[in-house]
Amino acid sequence: MPLFDKILIANRGEIACRIIKTARRMGIRTAAVHSDADANALHVRMADEAVRIGPPPAAESYIDIERVMGAVRETGAQAVHPGYGFLSENPLFAAALAAEGIAFIGPPEGAIEKMGDKITSKKIAAEAGVNTVPGHVGPVEDADQAVRIAREIGYPVMLKASAGGGGKGMRIAWDDDDCREGFQASRNEAKASFGDDRMFIEKFVTRPRHIEIQVLADRHGNAIYLGERECSIQRRNQKVVEEAPSPFLDEATRRAMGEQAVALARAVDYSSAGTVEFIVDGDRDFYFLEMNTRLQVEHPVTELVTGVDLVEQMIRIAAGEPLAMTQDDVALKGWAIESRLYAEDPYRGFLPSTGRLTRYRPPAETEGYAPGTAPGQAGDAVIRNDAGVFEGGEISRFYDPMIAKLCTWAPDRAGAVRAMRGALDGFEVEGIGHNLPFLSAVMGHPRFASGDVTTAFIEEEYPDGFGGAVLPEGDLRLLAASAAAMHRVAEVRRARISGRLDHHERQVGDEWVVAFEGPGGAPRERFEMKVEADRDGASVRMAGGTTFRVASDWRPGARLARLDVGGERLLVKVDAITQGFRLRWRGADLRARVRTPRQAELAALMPVKAPPDTSKLLLCPMPGLLVSLAVAEGDEVEEGQALATVEAMKMENVLRAERKGRVAEVNVAPGESLQVDQVILGFA
Amino acid sequence: MRDILAELEERRVRARLGGGARRIEAQHAKGKLTARERVELLLDPGSFEEYDTFVTHRCGDFGMEGNHVPGDGVVTGWGTVNGRMVYVYSQDFTVFGGSLSETHAQKICKVMDMAMRNGAPVIGLNDSGGARIQEGVASLGGYAEVFQRNVLASGVVPQISVIMGPCAGGAVYSPAMTDFIYMVKDTSYMFVTGPDVVRTVTNEVVTAEELGGASTHTRRSSVADAAFENDVLALAETRRLIDFLPLSNREKPPRRPFFDDPARIEPSLDTLVPENPNQPYDMRELIAKLADEGDFLEMQEGFAANVLTGFVRLEGSTVGVVANQPMVLAGVLDIDSSRKAARFVRFCDAFSIPILTLVDVPGFLPGTAQEYGGVIKHGAKLLFAYGEATVPKVTVITRKAYGGAYDVMASKHLRGDVNYAWPTAEIAVMGAKGAVEILYRSEAGDAEAIERRTNEYEREFASPFKAAERGFVDEVVQPRSTRARVCRAFASLRNKELTNPWKKHDNIPL
Repeated sequence: MPLFDKILIANRGEIACRIIKTARRMGIRTAAVHSDADANALHVRMADEAVRIGPPPAAESYIDIERVMGAVRETGAQAVHPGYGFLSENPLFAAALAAEGIAFIGPPEGAIEKMGDKITSKKIAAEAGVNTVPGHVGPVEDADQAVRIAREIGYPVMLKASAGGGGKGMRIAWDDDDCREGFQASRNEAKASFGDDRMFIEKFVTRPRHIEIQVLADRHGNAIYLGERECSIQRRNQKVVEEAPSPFLDEATRRAMGEQAVALARAVDYSSAGTVEFIVDGDRDFYFLEMNTRLQVEHPVTELVTGVDLVEQMIRIAAGEPLAMTQDDVALKGWAIESRLYAEDPYRGFLPSTGRLTRYRPPAETEGYAPGTAPGQAGDAVIRNDAGVFEGGEISRFYDPMIAKLCTWAPDRAGAVRAMRGALDGFEVEGIGHNLPFLSAVMGHPRFASGDVTTAFIEEEYPDGFGGAVLPEGDLRLLAASAAAMHRVAEVRRARISGRLDHHERQVGDEWVVAFEGPGGAPRERFEMKVEADRDGASVRMAGGTTFRVASDWRPGARLARLDVGGERLLVKVDAITQGFRLRWRGADLRARVRTPRQAELAALMPVKAPPDTSKLLLCPMPGLLVSLAVAEGDEVEEGQALATVEAMKMENVLRAERKGRVAEVNVAPGESLQVDQVILGFA
Repeated sequence: MRDILAELEERRVRARLGGGARRIEAQHAKGKLTARERVELLLDPGSFEEYDTFVTHRCGDFGMEGNHVPGDGVVTGWGTVNGRMVYVYSQDFTVFGGSLSETHAQKICKVMDMAMRNGAPVIGLNDSGGARIQEGVASLGGYAEVFQRNVLASGVVPQISVIMGPCAGGAVYSPAMTDFIYMVKDTSYMFVTGPDVVRTVTNEVVTAEELGGASTHTRRSSVADAAFENDVLALAETRRLIDFLPLSNREKPPRRPFFDDPARIEPSLDTLVPENPNQPYDMRELIAKLADEGDFLEMQEGFAANVLTGFVRLEGSTVGVVANQPMVLAGVLDIDSSRKAARFVRFCDAFSIPILTLVDVPGFLPGTAQEYGGVIKHGAKLLFAYGEATVPKVTVITRKAYGGAYDVMASKHLRGDVNYAWPTAEIAVMGAKGAVEILYRSEAGDAEAIERRTNEYEREFASPFKAAERGFVDEVVQPRSTRARVCRAFASLRNKELTNPWKKHDNIPL
């Protein structure tokens, strides 16, 4: 007998799909809800039935309680899983369900309420004996008060919207100016995103790591913790990479944090899955940040190391079952890493990108693995990809830009990182800007490999943004050898065209020069080599000595090349360009021209052209809506002065002057929808 | 004997030096390669057979009498591109500024004659200051001799021009009559009269680049089909183009081994056409997903982007593609796009290249600019071109096929061989809104009635089935299986035979 006949999933995207999978395995029918923008979405296709709940804006669909309740009634669902975001931490929703006798697959209304307010939650946590960060208790009225409080606590401070989350409505301020500006910006964002603009301030801990404890509690007074997740790799407070366990915690700290988390859960009569977030400083002192009364985005890493299916546990708890395990049954085995694939262009300051996924080919998931599988049971390494998209689907501007969560598991951290690097190399996404190259770069970063990270990792390691991973010379040699071997295959095919002059066919030579190019064709590293092809591949003799055996399944037109170069296994994304390839691998994006020595000699005579000068233009960095223009024609502007505000993905982005100048022309008006690189204004 | 051989070698060395080391250096300093270096890059290594190496001019005036350079400013001959024969001439700017003399023209004419006789393309690498003024009318006559051969070769062998330096005055008319013009950005320009004359006559101040650079000709004038960053890339792309073309009108298009499944299913095409009929989508995605290995060689990319033209391969064999582009002006047909597509269709037909037409067209663009500009006759060019084409023609209607534009876009009525429609196709005289406004003018004030009528019209015509019932559409196909359908359709047409009535030539509305 299933616990419920049917549950409704009041969410969209990957998490809705994730929940449907477990429900199906448990023999429970599923009902999806969708906005107009999601009529063809994957979660709608996967569910047994689907109900339209309104127009694309979330406020009129996914977070409109009445509309969701309508869908619950229509489908006759006995329980609702809210996923994360949207209504997952809305006590009114929990109350509305309770009023109609529908089970909420989440914590009790009271617990949501208490933990949902960051100010109240801190008080309760302190009372429950949980370590807390120094800060101002109570909402902050205005920017002036914010500055006063900030001075009392001492900079740096964190400005946070009470209802904030997912990086929205949060700013770090380092001085009074930051504080004033950040306060207003966060408040505006909070108002727009959550309809609640209450703000608070706390001490910003330096060298901080973000480590959180997963708890599970039932309605019978049992509560356990399932270890921690380290989520320190963040960009603007938005998590990018998570792992379990944390490379930083020792057993004693883990136990102390776990016990405090459980104490807090008990203090609010928590049931269901929940997460207690801590900030941990360099001395392993930890402070309570907040409690998330829902399933976390990054829950899969916990599932991978514990073998517990958290969604299943939530459903069981909601049905009134007692926990079937005790704290002693919880063991962390192996290592799991999650990379969040965002529709954000890392080469454009991670600005959101929307549009059609013209290509979406994730790496193959490990067969035989499903949430709940004990670690190691599905193999030495596990690849799991939680996604809510498909090739040909649309990344909408209305919702969160996260499109997939790629997870790997291995017996140790190095193995999990290795598996992740390979999986990222094999992940193909085209049509939109995305952060795959950035994720690859993080995985290849020595500091990440050492585990020595803080929440400032990205800011510190990529202070000027991300321009592609820089490969060491040795890796470039591997790519150069690969390019030459592939080019030879392409040239041999070209020489097999029909209509050749018999006995005067083209003989494809074996000497090649691979030149990597920078912007505008600027020459970079150059490698000379001899490619001797045979039945099984080619021997590539590099000038200077090394000879690589290159074996590959690559054929002209293939977008992903699996190569073995001198024993190194490479999975490279390949696009043909004139006389060569664009190669994407390990976070690097390179153009390699492959030429005969003579072609290379002549190519070296070609002028290097500077890319077109767009420095006198303000280009729209992402598709979005022009909210406001801060300047008019003829205005003199200073470096750093705000020029325009563009809204995309619910985030307001202020575009600033890169240098002093005079506005010569304004090309667009507020309210207009803008494309990437559309000219907003020009300078004299 | 030894001396004679030595003399030959010595003469060759001198000829290969063209205008001498200093001028070669100057050519390189401009970012340009020499005539011979270009030939080397264009052809398979070692395949060039040069003719007329030792030809010199016969001019005795204006100080030319003692001034002879073997080759006379143009390198001619033949060689192979991936083993297939092509004839080539390459003007040598280091010799008399590449200017065209009587003998220079004769050299070009010789290889053009050979090309036509032997059935191989002619590739001209243009880099010339213009007429050899010292020769006067002899030079003009030389141009005309070349022009006449361009005309006669048209439709017999492919003619390709690569503009790699100046090309001004009468010189432009030879490339103008060839099938494709490639240009090199920043180092090439084409115009009938240069900036100086323009300033004198019309008082317009304009640079050579603005008047006739690669950007002007690929975006505004449509004289050029594509432009590339430098000589090396332009020549590599010329080789790529040659790989798509038959050597002459006596041959079928080339085939080469391919690594793509003709029956490849593309589920993502099912969602290519958006739900909202007014929302655009990128037709290039469809082309890339239909083509072998996603390879699309687009021609005239920067001009009249509301229609796409170019070459793909299906099962290894060349197919010309004409497609409305909903991303630009909703894919409407207008003067520019009609001219662009018409010329492309006629090229394909002339050289037996099958044509794939992808249709999403809301009609012809209305307005005085269009009517005054003669959209009637320009639109008719495309209609004419499709109507006279006897090559295999396969058409896929993805969405809109409205009004006269439906007829024009390789419809069944214009001898389309296999005409497919996606389930999202709407084949009608016009969009539902417009139709209802005309049909139910009396109900114009009644919004409710109009909406009802619009829905009725949409139900009736906003589908491919009305057309399918009449056989105007041979089959309604799933977007995801379009590649397989189209490949099989062309396979079935491999032995198509169709001829037009005898005529001296037609009278296309030029």
